[in-house]
Amino acid sequence: MAGSNKTNITPPRWLLAELTYACPLQCPYCANPIDYAKHQSELETEDWKRVLTQARKMGAVQLGFSGGEPLTRKDLPELVKYARDLGYYSNLITSGYGLTEEKIVQLKESGLDHIQVSIQASTQELNDHLAGTESFQHKREVAHLVKKHGYPMVLCVVIHRENIHQMPQILEMAEELGADYLELANTQYYGWAHVNRDLLLPTKEQFEKAEQIAQAFKEKVAGKMKIYYVVPDFYEDRPKACMNGWGTTFLTIAPDGAALPCHSARDLPGLNCPNVKDYSIEQIWNESKTFNFFRGFEWMKEPCSSCDEKEKDFGGCRCQAYLLSGDMYAADPVCSKSPNHHVIQEAIDSAKASALADNEKPLVFRNSKNSRLLS
Amino acid sequence: MHRLQWEEAQHKNVILYPEGMVELNQSSAEILKLCDGTRTLGQIVRDLEQIFATAGLADDITAFLEVALKNGWIQQN
Repeated sequence: MAGSNKTNITPPRWLLAELTYACPLQCPYCANPIDYAKHQSELETEDWKRVLTQARKMGAVQLGFSGGEPLTRKDLPELVKYARDLGYYSNLITSGYGLTEEKIVQLKESGLDHIQVSIQASTQELNDHLAGTESFQHKREVAHLVKKHGYPMVLCVVIHRENIHQMPQILEMAEELGADYLELANTQYYGWAHVNRDLLLPTKEQFEKAEQIAQAFKEKVAGKMKIYYVVPDFYEDRPKACMNGWGTTFLTIAPDGAALPCHSARDLPGLNCPNVKDYSIEQIWNESKTFNFFRGFEWMKEPCSSCDEKEKDFGGCRCQAYLLSGDMYAADPVCSKSPNHHVIQEAIDSAKASALADNEKPLVFRNSKNSRLLS
Repeated sequence: MHRLQWEEAQHKNVILYPEGMVELNQSSAEILKLCDGTRTLGQIVRDLEQIFATAGLADDITAFLEVALKNGWIQQN
């Protein structure tokens, strides 16, 4: 592996274990790569145990079991138990699809700390349409069962143009289901959401109205429910501090064992993400070219390299810079200082034109057939 | 919902909760460790004053516990 003498490498704190790309749902904003169908192979149980052990030893403590749908992995309870014994705080990030009371109890006994259930909308019709699967009633039942068995219940709703008008009902639903945390995740336009951006990106007015409603609700439920609000960065002047800085905090392991500094990183050209079958987590984190690629500030171009905010936002997201400008070293175009900032307004205008068109094209759902067609 | 544990890699006590972590300094950790559901506030103050061989900690401890309560790290019986 390419060596590096960079100092001050902080250890990973968060490990996202994407156990599988298999998923019964077909959400058109899925964060999995478009070409996921090409990456069919999955790590064995023993590989995951090795990864968990090595990352924990370095200091990783928050663990997300994700996917795809992690419940499709038969060894999930075994991995949960293994993680608990190592001292991880483990989070199951699930659609709820296929989650039974028996399984909820089994996972609790295995030491799972919390379950995050996604719901696509506040109505059955829209939820089932977006999920591409009849799942609304089951998700509601799962949310009740998660509470019943004493887990902190985190409800996650991805927000976009198809459901943003439901914000008041979404908030009511979270309260009714007894959510301890509500994650209102404005869609980030990568992967499948990038493909469907014209159909998903709301207008600034829609965002502002929804945010106002959410803020007022936040005050109302203070002390009872915590609300995480993932900001819509297309309507910000400055980019997000993506991943808290490249290779500083987050480590994602894809189903086939590729180690990624963020879950979209395998789309960046020439990174050659290392695989946990070939290297230890310590080698990958400290020595790999991939994880050192955007560490520090030397890689930056103007306007980032002389920017007095570079230590705050690290130039924004590398994947977004690449997706929107074709240059992964460029400033995130979300930044108003970026020479490419106009592409953001163009995207907003394009989405608005699409919304007003008579014959809007249909959403492209996330499934293996579409994955093969698009890659 | 919240878990207090010693992190060897960080040489710190931390509070873990869904998708988050708070790093604690030594005195905060010592206070929270005594919040075990059996001690009263008065007992916690007395125990800590004994541990740190000092007096007059009541105000600081109360202020910290209010923060802890507000953040849901502890619950009031």
